[in-house]
Amino acid sequence: MGLDIRWPIGLMFTLIGALLAVFGLAKGAESVSLGININLVWGAVLLVFGVLMLLGAIKGG
Amino acid sequence: MQAIQLQWIDYTILIAYVAFVIGIGWTLARYMKTSADFLTSARSIPTWVTGLAFISANLGALELVGMAASGAKYGISTAHFYWVGAIPAMIFLAVFMMPFYYGSKARSVPEYLKMRFDERVRALNSVAFAVMTIFASGISMNALAKLLHALLGWDYNFALFVSSGVVLLYVLKGGLTSAIYTEVLQFFMIVLGFAPVVYLGLKDVGGWHTMTTSLQTVATNPAAIYLKDAGTTYAPNAWTSAWQPVLAGPAHNPMGVDWFAMIFGLGFVLSFGYWCTNFLVVQRAMAAKNMTAARNTPLVAAVPKMFFPFLVIVPGMIAAALTTLPDKGYRIPPPVISQANYDKAIADVKNANSADAIKTISDDLGSKVDAGKITSLVAANAATKLTDTQIQQGLYNSVAENDYDGVILSLVKKYCPAGLLGLALTALLASFMSGMAGNVTAFNTVFTYDIYQAYFAKGKSDAHYMWMGKVITVVGILLSIGAAYFASMYNNCMDIIQLVFGFVNAPLFATFLLGMFWKRTTATGAFLGLFGGIGSSALFHALTIAQGNAPGIKGGYLKVMSTFPSEMAQNFWLAAFAFIACFTLTLVISLATSRTKSDADLKGLVYSLTPKIVDNNAPIYQRPAVVGVVLLIVCIILNLIFW
Repeated sequence: MGLDIRWPIGLMFTLIGALLAVFGLAKGAESVSLGININLVWGAVLLVFGVLMLLGAIKGG
Repeated sequence: MQAIQLQWIDYTILIAYVAFVIGIGWTLARYMKTSADFLTSARSIPTWVTGLAFISANLGALELVGMAASGAKYGISTAHFYWVGAIPAMIFLAVFMMPFYYGSKARSVPEYLKMRFDERVRALNSVAFAVMTIFASGISMNALAKLLHALLGWDYNFALFVSSGVVLLYVLKGGLTSAIYTEVLQFFMIVLGFAPVVYLGLKDVGGWHTMTTSLQTVATNPAAIYLKDAGTTYAPNAWTSAWQPVLAGPAHNPMGVDWFAMIFGLGFVLSFGYWCTNFLVVQRAMAAKNMTAARNTPLVAAVPKMFFPFLVIVPGMIAAALTTLPDKGYRIPPPVISQANYDKAIADVKNANSADAIKTISDDLGSKVDAGKITSLVAANAATKLTDTQIQQGLYNSVAENDYDGVILSLVKKYCPAGLLGLALTALLASFMSGMAGNVTAFNTVFTYDIYQAYFAKGKSDAHYMWMGKVITVVGILLSIGAAYFASMYNNCMDIIQLVFGFVNAPLFATFLLGMFWKRTTATGAFLGLFGGIGSSALFHALTIAQGNAPGIKGGYLKVMSTFPSEMAQNFWLAAFAFIACFTLTLVISLATSRTKSDADLKGLVYSLTPKIVDNNAPIYQRPAVVGVVLLIVCIILNLIFW
């Protein structure tokens, strides 16, 4: 059907992950839950997931 | 629960998600050339996409909210809805039933029934399914709009129209393909949005071991956190063991269910009836690009489904465990109480000087209260004047009732700072949208092909049916919105409607089972057997009741011949009874009536008359029977771990 769904998934999670991670870095005090800068940590996880999806889409053609 | 204030980053995440799902619909619009493209994806989608869509379409907001609620109420036994009530049926669908659904070239489940039986059976199934789908969608929309109102302070109408408007935009543009593709995106959003809440909850409670230790305290005295009436007690493993409490009998597990009802009622009748015959999920597999992909779709879906209890049930268990730990400052949320009622109760706490203060405060709040906690609160206020905020917190903790549906959102609120909060709320919205898009795309296909084309407009051009598919998509969304308003205004009517659908669904699998695996089953046998099964369901309900319920909408309105320990047990037994009645009637009537279809007519529709698919040339990991056995073994291991 012409669309590789990994493109939108990869782009969206890369964008949201980067946004969360930057927010976690910039506003550390507001991003802490139970002693963890959860925005930074989880933003990084989403960023890695998004990039892996994009790499799969690029490789898959 | 006080409304949460979202920050710009939360709204940015929400808007980014909405932009991407609408973008997917827009991108796919150019490929929608025929009614088959729009309504059935022209059978073009790869396995991993249909597999994740299969599970995502089932993962509505009601499941996320409801399973966390059940996790708090019943503990790990709730996982039976997955490990007994889903996985075996999904494997059966993949190995035995998809060859008929897909191989027959039917465009929908009702169309398969027409090919196997006749128009009467198709009409009964398609009309019931179409109406049921609209009401199911409306109930889900109503629940979501109420949640967003309570959680974010959003206007009910705004929440309803915006969320359904987004679904309409992408489904209208890209049809079933758009719904399936966005369901994959929504699957990842749901998992990645709620996973950190589970992690933080487990970390807060002190890890898995501490959680299970706390839940042993809950089991021995569930009344302490208002889970059961005073005096109720269970074995310490009632919340942490899936099978031992069930095998001990209905009085020994919080569900009040016996092993036969659990295995036959839930694990066979209800489970196979839903996963193997409900077009909402089967449609995803029917959109796959070839037979192997179609058969592997439910198996791909079974992998995440097996582990979902850790994402959706464990939060409820965490909530129950946290409530027993006073230093955590958490309780399972009480029912929503208006600020005006709190203000009245605060005034009465300040003025309390008589023995009936507890009743007065209970009346103010409109809920049962813990007399001991209210007495302590009044005494504390008399000793040192407490602030209104402190008194309100004391009242909040004294309400002796739980709003289980608020569990997951109370944890989101407790653990998620700005940013992660936006992600979790987006995950909640994604679950709602995937469920609603599933309902809408199943509805528009069944209406267009099985009702409109079959009975109102035969022989029209394909462009006409595509136009009708789009029109009915809009109509379906509008009807769902109407059903949501109906659900919000007439809660009791909705209970009756759901009850009737329960009667219709309970016997359905017997019709499919006999139709697919016994060539002697006749159309008259199937049609009358189905009606007999529905009648048996209604009769069973009219003659039975669950403990604690008054005769009426909950059953027993003709005569109470049997009382079940819980509503869940009553529902499981009703399903078992309806299945047996439908199966027996269909079998007897089929033997008494003549066949109208020859063996040649039934080739590809009945097991014994269809050439078996040989998978020997496929890689071992693509053979449904092999993968199915592996998944079944993993499922059994999970049951043994939590035995």
